[in-house]
Amino acid sequence: MINAVGRDIPNYLLKDGKEVYQGKFYMDGKYIQKVAPKTVRYEKPQESKIVATIVDALKQCGAKSGMTFSFHHHLRNGDYVANMVMEAAVRELGLCDLTIAATSLGEANDPIAEYIEEGKVIGLQTSGIRGKIGDVVSKGKLKTPAIIRSHGGRPRAIEAGEVHIDIAFVAAPTSDCVGNCRGIGGKSNCGSLGYAMTDARYADKVVVVTDCLVDFPNYPASVEAIDVDAVVVVDSIGNPAKIASAAARISKNPRDLMMAENVAKVIASTPYFKDGFSFQTGVGGPSLAANLFLERFMDKRNIKMGWAIGGICGPMVELLKKGKVGKVIDVQDFDLDAVNSINQTPGHFEMSASQYANPANKGAFVNKLDFVVLAALEIDTNFNVNVLTGSDGVLRGAPGGHPDTAAGSKCCIIVTPLIRGRMATVCEHVVTVTTPGDCVDVLVTDYGIAVNPLRPDIIECLDNAHIPHVSIESLKEKAYSIVGRPDDLEWEDNVVAVLEARDGTILDVVRQIRPYKV
Amino acid sequence: MIPRPRPRRFRLRRTMMFMNAQKPGLIKDAYIYGCDSIMLDLEDAVAENQKDAARFSLYHALKTIDYGNTEVIVRINGLDTPHWQEDIRVCVAGGADGIRIAKCESAQDVITVENAVLAAEKEFGVEEGRTLLMAALESPKGIINAYEICTASKRMFGVAISGGDFRRCMGTHFQRDGVDLLVARGQMLIAARAAGIQCFDTVFTDLDDDEGFEAELLQNKAMGFDGKSLINPKQIRPVHDLLAPTEKEVLWAKKVVEAYREQSAAGVGVFTVDGKMIDIAFIPGAERTLRLAKACGMYDGDLV
Amino acid sequence: MKVEKTAVAGTLESSDAMVTVEPSKGGIEMELTSSVMNQYGRQIKAVVLETLEHLEVKDCKVTIVDKGALDCTLKARVECAVFRSCGKSDKNIPWGGAVR
Repeated sequence: MINAVGRDIPNYLLKDGKEVYQGKFYMDGKYIQKVAPKTVRYEKPQESKIVATIVDALKQCGAKSGMTFSFHHHLRNGDYVANMVMEAAVRELGLCDLTIAATSLGEANDPIAEYIEEGKVIGLQTSGIRGKIGDVVSKGKLKTPAIIRSHGGRPRAIEAGEVHIDIAFVAAPTSDCVGNCRGIGGKSNCGSLGYAMTDARYADKVVVVTDCLVDFPNYPASVEAIDVDAVVVVDSIGNPAKIASAAARISKNPRDLMMAENVAKVIASTPYFKDGFSFQTGVGGPSLAANLFLERFMDKRNIKMGWAIGGICGPMVELLKKGKVGKVIDVQDFDLDAVNSINQTPGHFEMSASQYANPANKGAFVNKLDFVVLAALEIDTNFNVNVLTGSDGVLRGAPGGHPDTAAGSKCCIIVTPLIRGRMATVCEHVVTVTTPGDCVDVLVTDYGIAVNPLRPDIIECLDNAHIPHVSIESLKEKAYSIVGRPDDLEWEDNVVAVLEARDGTILDVVRQIRPYKV
Repeated sequence: MIPRPRPRRFRLRRTMMFMNAQKPGLIKDAYIYGCDSIMLDLEDAVAENQKDAARFSLYHALKTIDYGNTEVIVRINGLDTPHWQEDIRVCVAGGADGIRIAKCESAQDVITVENAVLAAEKEFGVEEGRTLLMAALESPKGIINAYEICTASKRMFGVAISGGDFRRCMGTHFQRDGVDLLVARGQMLIAARAAGIQCFDTVFTDLDDDEGFEAELLQNKAMGFDGKSLINPKQIRPVHDLLAPTEKEVLWAKKVVEAYREQSAAGVGVFTVDGKMIDIAFIPGAERTLRLAKACGMYDGDLV
Repeated sequence: MKVEKTAVAGTLESSDAMVTVEPSKGGIEMELTSSVMNQYGRQIKAVVLETLEHLEVKDCKVTIVDKGALDCTLKARVECAVFRSCGKSDKNIPWGGAVR
């Protein structure tokens, strides 16, 4: 069946009430029956929940083949926990037919690709899919299609029971003996534990894995002991150098800066740019650099930012410390400046993924956003964005909070170079639609700015501010005039990944790529 | 193939950005940063054993890439190298707007290049006289002979000083107040003005020293330079901002030109604008201000 | 032209391609790897063959390691490699003739 972004969704996927995507607020006002986990009662006082090894924890939690394990990605490219758990489950306990429900999977999780190839892991539910896992899934090695969700779509699916987590694993920089966890105070600090919160509340069993045991009570806790069954202390939960970079520096690349300045100009031209405005930006070169230019416009107009959300890094913490933003509230921290600031700097708080972005709750933060600045791997002439598959059709990205913030914000700005190497970023048809075009308002490239015709009000703002803009078609033509028109990708019939819109409808599918050989 | 319009000898050249002609990633779209001219470099940026590869790369870049209104100039290798003749052939065949003669020391150097350019124009069926020339003065001798160099050919549109080499010849080093190059800059400027061609200052190499760069720009502007050679896109904006006329200057220039056109149509040669006496001598300056204002987006009328 | 000895042009930097030509007897033999194979593999192949045809190279083994080079760069690298293989890359290049 063809959905609202023109994608053909195979009918066999439309079962158990699954529908195709039908527009950005289609589910508004509908009801959801939340599920509750089945958990054990620890009524008798317990000295400690510490068990010796991950294997012991798995055994205690009744791990068996066919189960779903959940992980969160706050340790980013430095994460050891998902790999340790899967190795214990597959190699030591001999479990199979496992499903991994992770908030994201990256190159740190490359060893898991092997379990997929061996058929031990048969299902993946994740936001990000990169590295070797992306390669093997793209080659059709995963038994069932991977389900890709946004950061808001995941807590929605968990709460609705579409994903049932048998055991959730919390990678905790610090924990006490009963499982109160925090993201700071240890040796592998990551700051916010926002993505782990929903998992811990909705999983049947919860195992905390830490490399820094602290005195009870570890407070204020991000994940609370009331949800935790077992605590395992290991030598190291991750590589600190890859968990948080020293400090995210604002790009010096002149191309990034040129685009960032134009982003700030666009923002400043709209009526939403007034005292108390709200803002989220990605951490890519031009997105992050937008902070710098935005600050100049704020100073010039003598206004302050009310609040900022997102994955957070240093430059935003700087603004907070300078008193130029009221509150910073985040689900994830990207660099040490942010890690060392959360719950420490007045006004810098942590929130859960559901509070951040879940479209099926009673009002997530993303729905209050004025502006979001986001990157793209591809954007087509209908403003549909792809942040999941490379132009070669291979899975190597993550919707993350992209679709959630784009849909919720008043003004969504995509910033990307027109071409990367020989890849046209602005193209006729994106390989995969991860964020529907009706959620995207402005495109800023190094070759010009285009405004979605659905937003004549923003077009007028740009005209009034004498900011030149062109049609997105002309940007596409320019791109193709430089790199040549790419050949259409060739696909096998089998679906390797299903991409859910944040409301749970099916936005797109990714089929197995048929590589070109000379 | 992208047909380029015939190069204009006199046009706005506030910023000339150097690019290694051998780097495909760089040259494919250097024009997006808005410099007035790009300078594709076959000389210092290209290793001795890659001169041949750089020419092939340059030829196809010139033939394929749409540089729009950005002027495309090529810096060729010095006349004391085995490379310059082939450099000239590829520039002319590819249709570069102009050639920058490196290490120019005499009128004869200009004439030598001009003869080779003319021969190449004939060989490749390019309109004779199309390819413009500029000279880089890099030695004391070049500075001494500045006037004869500036007047050596009708193709010459400008001269530039190359600070690094000049300082080396003089045994001096970069000075923040510019005293090391003051005389050379001055002599070159006088020669260029006397010859009626443009004059460009050398590159500023410390990309982290924003203050030093701005100080040098202010001095360039005070001395009367038309523009500056650059090594990084981030240097473009400060130059354009600084060389931009003030709103007051634009308004004044507009009044002067309008009044002049009105009065001269009525046969009046000397008149007053806002109480100041104006005659024809003021007009080229006022028109230049308006052209500059137009390039800076400060004026969109049709007087220029 | 006749490829007389092995010659290389280009680099493995992004947006460039490294092209190696080697003498061979049985026509054109091509080995291509590219970071944009699925979208541009056919076009790269066509451009390389066309460039060799312009140069009237009938027999050679050509190896391209492409890092997302534009057509103009691919042509330049192939031409440079071929001219180098004959020791003729330094002067009197037929700009606008065989090189076009």
